[in-house]
Amino acid sequence: MTIAGSLRVVEAGARVYRRTWRGSVISTFLNPVLYLLAMGVGLGELVDEGTGGASLDLPYLTFLAPGLLAAAAMQAAAGDASYPVMAGIKWRKTYEAVLATPVGVPELLVGHLGWVTLRLTFVSVVFAGVMTVFGATTVMEGLAAVPPAVLTGLAFAAAITAFTARLKNESGLASLFRFGIVPLFLFSGVFFPIAQLPDWIEPFAYLTPLWHGVELCRRLALGIDYTVNPLVSVAYLLAWVVVGAFLAVRLLRRRLIA
Amino acid sequence: MVNRLPHPDLAALGHPALRAGNPTGTRDVELGTRDPPLGTSVYGRMADSLVQARNLTKHFDELVAVDSIDFDVHEGEAFGFLGPNGAGKSSTMKMIGSVSPLTAGTLQVLGMDPARDGPKIRARLGVVPQDDNLDQELTVYENLLIYGRYFGLSKSVIDERAAELLHFAQLEDRRDSPVEPLSGGMKRRLVIARGLINQPDLLLLDEPTTGLDPQARHLLWDRLYRLKQQGVTLIITTHYMDEAEQLCDRLVIMDKGKIAAEGAPRDLIEEYSSREVLELRFPVGTQSVNAEHLADIAQKTEVLPDRVLLYTDDADHAHARVLEAGFEPESTVSRRSTLEDVFLRLTGRTLVD
Repeated sequence: MTIAGSLRVVEAGARVYRRTWRGSVISTFLNPVLYLLAMGVGLGELVDEGTGGASLDLPYLTFLAPGLLAAAAMQAAAGDASYPVMAGIKWRKTYEAVLATPVGVPELLVGHLGWVTLRLTFVSVVFAGVMTVFGATTVMEGLAAVPPAVLTGLAFAAAITAFTARLKNESGLASLFRFGIVPLFLFSGVFFPIAQLPDWIEPFAYLTPLWHGVELCRRLALGIDYTVNPLVSVAYLLAWVVVGAFLAVRLLRRRLIA
Repeated sequence: MVNRLPHPDLAALGHPALRAGNPTGTRDVELGTRDPPLGTSVYGRMADSLVQARNLTKHFDELVAVDSIDFDVHEGEAFGFLGPNGAGKSSTMKMIGSVSPLTAGTLQVLGMDPARDGPKIRARLGVVPQDDNLDQELTVYENLLIYGRYFGLSKSVIDERAAELLHFAQLEDRRDSPVEPLSGGMKRRLVIARGLINQPDLLLLDEPTTGLDPQARHLLWDRLYRLKQQGVTLIITTHYMDEAEQLCDRLVIMDKGKIAAEGAPRDLIEEYSSREVLELRFPVGTQSVNAEHLADIAQKTEVLPDRVLLYTDDADHAHARVLEAGFEPESTVSRRSTLEDVFLRLTGRTLVD
């Protein structure tokens, strides 16, 4: 395991991105605009005029935006850690090409996550910029939410890379999005506090990394009280990164160099 | 020892055999000028074996892919693994490539142990895999660039080598075009060029012409032949006997994870087959009946589903005797013996099924 090897994988990711950025850059800018417009401005006005305004003690748009940033990071990470990894393993076999060089599996994985981190930073900064333009947060509030959003994305990237490394074909990826990413997006406190959920579901929400990410982003950006100690949330997300990366190395090894 | 003349192309490429300080490009001089690789003192003389396998074994769960094989690959030779799909060739290649760990036995590559020195070994290998695992989104040049970077080469070094390698691979005018629309032959040549970017001491080619049309195959053979002439050590797996005969100085015939025979193509044919073969095609269902009666015309007969093979030193004479004896084959072909016949003799099966 050398840093240099990982950096070369990051570099290759950047070179490929130079050719492919057009495919994703529109959604990077458009997604936050659409969500903040529909949910934050459109729905938000109703919430603020109804009972939501009083119980949130914040404009709904402001409540929503930082959590949505965490969710956007999760989605970007899921995108980068699923189909491209499957292509590297199976469809294009580019990982096989990399592993024929001095670069090994740990370096490949760390480099992959390093590149995803750069992408997540870009996606999150753009999102924070759009939040500011919408008047949901100030520039500093938006930027404060970027590091926890990147950490949230990284937790998912590591875990989903491990998940993808086990898959025989892409049907599992469709299930991942349908039964994993979408429910998490809806029920991890992005759109409403999880206290609103039936009591028996609530504990499950605490287990999802997205809830911790949403919580960190929102509280860090808006400076309001935490439900759980933020260090616990950070540690929990870091644990997902470390365990996910460890599993990903093992599973990629089994898959690629058996 | 064949006298190797340095080829201008590869001299420009700076191939190890032809680097500065080694104007003649001969092997002896080369060994004198290269830094001794790590482990040389431990494993003895590098000149003898670039690859040395003893009882090399690979299991995948229950499946025995490679079953305790021994072989040596010497510097400057083109060494082949000939065998049908599933014979264990690719598994052996992956172990030599220091990617796949051994299940048992010992393996030394460039005098080093793949388990311990994998990255160091891989730094000096060129690998041309069975699939063209190129980055389809990137251009031809960019593929060489990112690959060279994995070896830690600087961009200026890569640029210099890329120009020469694209010339060698006859892809100069495709330098900046994306990979995706290239023909199969072009992609394969690019993969070979990519495998040479680090000026490897040993080039591994896994089924280099599978899936290519005849014209593309011949072009590729020409390129590989040039590499061979320039003294690049090649290891080739193939299930095409013509490929093995054309390219390999020495080969092993593999079947079901074991080595069935080893030698130079001509020697193997001489040892295991007759000089010539007469192929007779009889009406469907009567091949074996006819074969029984043909036994004393040939040294040996083989019955295939669609034809009977008579092994003989004079196919035309045998043909005359077949007709004399009153047989009426639907068609006949007389030809020289090939490695296909050797394989058939050793295993009772054909190479390509």
